Amino acid sequence: MGKGSQTKLSSTAQSFHLPAIETPANYSSSNMIAKQRYVSKRRDDDPGWVEEEPQYYFLFTTYLSYLVLICLGHLRDFFGKRFKRKDYEHLKEQNGYAPLNSDFDNFYVRRLKLRINDCFNRPVTGVPGRKITLLERETKDYCKTFQLTGKTKDCLNLSSYNYLGFAQGKGPCADAVEQTVLKYGITTCSPRVEVGTSDLHHQVESLVARFVRKPAAMLISMGYATNSTTLPTLVSKGCLIISDEFNHSSIVFGSRLSGAFIRVFKHNNMADLEALLKECISQGQPRTHRPWKKILLVVEGLYSMEGSICNLPKIIELKKKYKFYLYVDEAHSIGALGPRGRGVCDYYGIDPNEVDILMGTFTKSFGAAGGYIAASQDIIDHLKLTNHASIYAESMTPIVLQQVYTSMTIIMGEDGTSQGQERLERLAFNARYLSTNLRRLGFIIYGDRDSPIIPLLLFNPAKIPAFSRECLKRDLAVVVVAYPATPMISSRARFCVSAAHSKQDLNEILKICNEIGEILQLKYSDNKVRYTIEEVLRDGEKNL
Amino acid sequence: METMETAYPALNELFVFLNTTITQISIYYSRIPGSAILLKYIKNSHQDDPFRTALELLLVFFAIIYLFTNKYRTDNNFIELTPQEVEELVDEWQPDPLVPQLSDDDKRELEKIPVINGPQGLKVKLINGKSLINFSSFDFLGLLTNVTIKEKAIETLKKYGVGSCGPPGFYGTFDVHTEFEKKVSEFLGTEDTIIYSQGFSTISSAIPSFCKRGDILVIDEGCNFAIQKGVQISRSVIKWFKHNDMEDLERILQKIKNEDIETGRKLTRRFIISEGIFENYGDIALLPKLVELKKLYKYRLILDESLSFGIMGKRGAGLTDYFDINPTDVDMIVGSMCNALCSSGGFCSGSFEITEHQRISGLAYCYSASLPAMLTVSASESLNILKRNPQFPLTINQNTILFKQILKNVKYLLLNCSKDSPVIHLRINEEIVRVGDIQDKERCLQDIVDEAINNGILLTRAKYVRSQELFGVEPSIRICISAGFTKKEIEKAASVIKNAVTKVLKNKTH
Repeated sequence: MGKGSQTKLSSTAQSFHLPAIETPANYSSSNMIAKQRYVSKRRDDDPGWVEEEPQYYFLFTTYLSYLVLICLGHLRDFFGKRFKRKDYEHLKEQNGYAPLNSDFDNFYVRRLKLRINDCFNRPVTGVPGRKITLLERETKDYCKTFQLTGKTKDCLNLSSYNYLGFAQGKGPCADAVEQTVLKYGITTCSPRVEVGTSDLHHQVESLVARFVRKPAAMLISMGYATNSTTLPTLVSKGCLIISDEFNHSSIVFGSRLSGAFIRVFKHNNMADLEALLKECISQGQPRTHRPWKKILLVVEGLYSMEGSICNLPKIIELKKKYKFYLYVDEAHSIGALGPRGRGVCDYYGIDPNEVDILMGTFTKSFGAAGGYIAASQDIIDHLKLTNHASIYAESMTPIVLQQVYTSMTIIMGEDGTSQGQERLERLAFNARYLSTNLRRLGFIIYGDRDSPIIPLLLFNPAKIPAFSRECLKRDLAVVVVAYPATPMISSRARFCVSAAHSKQDLNEILKICNEIGEILQLKYSDNKVRYTIEEVLRDGEKNL
Repeated sequence: METMETAYPALNELFVFLNTTITQISIYYSRIPGSAILLKYIKNSHQDDPFRTALELLLVFFAIIYLFTNKYRTDNNFIELTPQEVEELVDEWQPDPLVPQLSDDDKRELEKIPVINGPQGLKVKLINGKSLINFSSFDFLGLLTNVTIKEKAIETLKKYGVGSCGPPGFYGTFDVHTEFEKKVSEFLGTEDTIIYSQGFSTISSAIPSFCKRGDILVIDEGCNFAIQKGVQISRSVIKWFKHNDMEDLERILQKIKNEDIETGRKLTRRFIISEGIFENYGDIALLPKLVELKKLYKYRLILDESLSFGIMGKRGAGLTDYFDINPTDVDMIVGSMCNALCSSGGFCSGSFEITEHQRISGLAYCYSASLPAMLTVSASESLNILKRNPQFPLTINQNTILFKQILKNVKYLLLNCSKDSPVIHLRINEEIVRVGDIQDKERCLQDIVDEAINNGILLTRAKYVRSQELFGVEPSIRICISAGFTKKEIEKAASVIKNAVTKVLKNKTH
């Protein structure tokens, strides 16, 4: 990794190319647009995150659909329990053992999710890059079990968190990783504080610290564990965690482990947050009314289901007044936001030192695995000795370290090429191009304008599998999400754009969405500016 | 009316207006289907009982007031404060520092973490250039530097890249994952297996996916930290039994049974949780007795085989293999790929029902990116090697016996472990050695570690987050014996440790 691989890096960089993509400058022949460079940066006129409601008709039919589904489910249960006893045995007490699943908890899975199981856990193979190879499967028992047919299907990939296109089986990252496997082996077989620390860990830690512009950083071998094992070492009983309602499961897990009191505020709603802060600080701890030891505000930079970017400037303003500590989870925003890809601080042009703790993962933009915590030296030293993962869990493996190191140097431009900058600009363009044009076509799209996560609202439960299957028919792999990952009413398809997508890909996606949107009546928006698909393909790049 | 008409024309207009409006309303009202019935009903009711009309009017009045008053709070502990008071309290409040100051012990601890330069393995080089034999890593089979695994990994890299870029539910289930899951199930003799992307998070996620409020968990006090955390998050009723004490376990099970009969409470899920080889003690769970008791009292058994998988038993299939117990008698076998299998991640194996449920409700499975394909294939290849080399467990055992024989006579030390366990905790024998509190013991042990490192053997103290461990664990040096060591290396290490212990502790005897 030292000097040797640095020189290797620059030598392989020339041979590196992304498949079939031009730089944004070449996208259009029009001179005016050719000069435009797209950067992921907050604009003054940005409307931010808007939760648009569809017409009442669609809301009503959505509720009605769920009602029908639930009634039918109970009807099937009623007869099933009487005439097909065997199928329900696992939900009943057996031989003195209580059932593993309670009948009630299992209802949703059994009667609603099972019907559309073919849209989830689709098996894949190969690199999850611009395209993804699905293993075709079929079911003979209504989605209870699946059998592989042996055939594969190449789909355009709108599902992987491959923001900067570093999921690659060749190129500088793969070359460097190959060298590392030969030199360092696969893994370490020990936790960090015992004998699982190698020189690679230190190098990557200092690089990460430099990348996010914090004095120090530490690495954890799993993204989920980065939150779930760090939060309990920062706060404890007598402390308060204030958490956004849409925070990730790992934050909830970590918060619950910590023993601190947890309060939740409405998603990205700064007025609600301020009211909550006022109430919590003035009231103190419940029952005893003693002042809180500390208050930790936990927010995400970019929310994975909403595509919304946290209102960091306002939070920093509140932080100055209310003196809470700030923990920002940049799992999705690191690499994906900001003119230099350095996350939500970079996006807003805020000094990272305003935030106490920056957490992020390498699973997404860097095409690796695991996560990091970046903070002041004191905090990192404390965490190194108390973080559960750093004491008890396996340390990060050399292959992952190398992938992070190489991809990060490319993003920073330290490999001597402009590859990183190109990827960032391409992602910024792709995100804005796709979300804006989907809006113009009349879809309800949540999320910020610059977010590479683009949720397209489906509402009616029957449209969830329909959308997914229609996309699959047209060789497009998308993620559909429904309750409990989202509120009951707002089921959605979630697109993740990547720098690996070309403009042709995006146009193809727009065409497919338009077609399916017509079939499934998905154009709910009462947006005044409506384009036809021809207009979008012709003028899509204007006024982004 | 006549006189009013002339005297007050304005008022007259008002009356006319009122009259027409009311007539209009009554016409509209009568057009609503069923309105006549309602009106008739009210009329009749008023006739029968005028008091009732008054009461109903009052109720309507009350409902209107209720709707328009401010919301009240259910916690009567809330103190009403004026905005000024709130402002003052906000200004006044000063938080504690986010993290405490590092103590000198902590600083030393950080400095003492060895940094390995280059590859991990049974022989390592530290950053200061020193070459050491590694007796601390969990590489029981000596596969860290295996060439075949590396080749397979590189092959996989070219086909799959590094990261999986998605959770298993959303296009993160790769064919290599399913293949590995099948392989583990076959090896263990279970129905199905599910893999997680970190060993530590496996059990702390698997436990709460089944254990909910009201369920009863009976757990060994010696269980590792991951289990403690999984249990803590489950919100179940928790009963601890003394470490590896089957009588105490039976006593607790009987007590719960008696309570059941007394209170007649509803049957809930019950689990016994134990570890194969205890990470904190190095001893082996008494599985035959556990299985007997679990069947007798109708509990389900969760066994954490993170350390024992790959090294115990004739085939290395863990404790069920070692004790020759039907693997289906253990409801959940949780294991790790980051120890003997020299990769990363963990797995949970059991019946189809057990794994399917976790695919929906195992939090660390659903909400985390799946294990990188390279690491999955490496683990899979390690398992192949283990299958091809059935002598591995035996070699480990022979090495362990040899090692223990040499250290047996060191009076300053207690060797904490079971006979066949290659995980050995060296603890200070307080009958011979005079030591103070835990800090003091840690310091003594660290001196031994340092001395051993100076003489070419890499050791480590077993490390804990002491403030969060539920039961105090005595400080120790944890040694792992690998099949990859030669007889000479074992002898050298044992004698180095012996000398280091004697050197550090001989002046501290009573």
